[in-house]
Amino acid sequence: MTYLRLLWIHLRLGILNELQYRTNLVLQLIQSAVGLVTALLGLGIVFSKTDTLGGWLPAEMLAIVGVYTLVSGLTQLVVRPSLQRFMEDIRLGTLDFTLTKPVDAQALVSMRQIEVWKLVDVVVGLVVLGVAVTQLGASIGATEALAFVVALLAGATIIYSFLLILATCAFWWVRLDNILNIFQSMYEAGRWPIGIYPPWLRYVLTFLVPVGFAITVPTEGLVGRLTSPTLVGAIALAIALPLIARAFWKFGVRHYSGASA
Amino acid sequence: MIDLIHLYRAQFKTTIAEQFQYRGALVIWLTGLILEPVIFLSVWAAVARSQGGAVDGFTANDFAAYFLLTLIVDHAGFTWIMWEMEYWIRQGNLSPLLVRPVHPIHRHIANNLTFKLLTMVVVIPVVIVLGFVFRPSFTITPATALAFVPAVVLAMALRFAVEWTLASVAFWVTRVNALNQLYYVVFLFLAGMAAPLALLPEPVRILAEWLPFYRMLGFPVEVLLGRLTPQQVAVGFAAQIAWLTVALVLLNVTWARGIRKYSAVGA
Repeated sequence: MTYLRLLWIHLRLGILNELQYRTNLVLQLIQSAVGLVTALLGLGIVFSKTDTLGGWLPAEMLAIVGVYTLVSGLTQLVVRPSLQRFMEDIRLGTLDFTLTKPVDAQALVSMRQIEVWKLVDVVVGLVVLGVAVTQLGASIGATEALAFVVALLAGATIIYSFLLILATCAFWWVRLDNILNIFQSMYEAGRWPIGIYPPWLRYVLTFLVPVGFAITVPTEGLVGRLTSPTLVGAIALAIALPLIARAFWKFGVRHYSGASA
Repeated sequence: MIDLIHLYRAQFKTTIAEQFQYRGALVIWLTGLILEPVIFLSVWAAVARSQGGAVDGFTANDFAAYFLLTLIVDHAGFTWIMWEMEYWIRQGNLSPLLVRPVHPIHRHIANNLTFKLLTMVVVIPVVIVLGFVFRPSFTITPATALAFVPAVVLAMALRFAVEWTLASVAFWVTRVNALNQLYYVVFLFLAGMAAPLALLPEPVRILAEWLPFYRMLGFPVEVLLGRLTPQQVAVGFAAQIAWLTVALVLLNVTWARGIRKYSAVGA
């Protein structure tokens, strides 16, 4: 409960803070629009040359774009900016102030910085997903909807835990501020079903950088091609990875000695 | 001039020392750099396969050749000034650079070139390994190789000038992240990074040929692969030079106005 209130406070702070930079809303709107147009145009070019991409139909690919935009919007709304700030705090030594606060430090560094305008991406993702669902129509039943929601929650948990693990590495390698940008470029790979990649890259995108679990797997659930072993695997990982991330975080905090002291 | 040469030599040395100190960051950059062409290569190879081997005359192996060269040219041309400039301005780190008796652009050029030279040592073997995976088919002749050299040098200069100019926007807007990403998306598409220009719909292709982005990436690649007629190559060089002139003028104007603005923000 306390943490929900904390998140709410940071959300409000984020909004107040961003209202100073209203140009950024316009830029975000432009950026979301351009991103969407690019994704659609990309699909347009691809599907002007072929009917299926590695077995995926246009409407199914549209669903992938929706999930991609939605998950990207959610992580960039809270998790990524917060962790980015956390890493900068380590570098500057200002993390001390966070650690001395009387709440769980992991929760605090994960929600402290909000990029409000990323809500635009969340909305765009939902709209695209809605259009894709309408196009897919009758093929989506209760099973598919349930598989989708479960897989999406699992995927979001996996991505958060993974990002936390990455950010925690900053306790040892201070100049890692690029690492989340690199994650973003890896995340780009999720714009396409990971089945089209050569096997080695598919493994990387499933196990090393779990983009596949966050985007391809939920979409597979939605279009009814998700096999139960994959779903069970995703759920298992969604339980295991947060625990690992938590342990690693605690280990990292113990290692931290401050930069200013 | 002699002073500048000394400056560049000193800057080369410090950058090399700096980069060796932060090997981790270097590896991370390379991952991102390599992944992107591999994504588009995989997409288009999948399309070619589903169409019985070729799309608009591109086989999976042609795509491999195109995108692997794109990787090299992109690496040669990319800059990080749009992020660095924002940081300099927001944190006030630009001030010490401004009091030096040379333009900060020299420092950045030297940094950039050193970084490229250092990382090429890794990029080239990576491209060779990817070559074994994706089996590109090259048709490079001495003539296209010869034309490639000026094309890639001009592409690097043009991209540097354009991105430095765009980076100066940070003087007026304190958070330029959205703009950077907008630029990146435009570049992705119109530079020939997401697909060879020949595969784009006609209006987009024409737009891309008129805008500078294609001249920074896709053009040198297609020159080397011999995909262009001599006339197209000549037009391309002219476009590169024309855009470079425009970009340099803009760079000077925005920089001059920007630093005047900066003294008001940073103080």
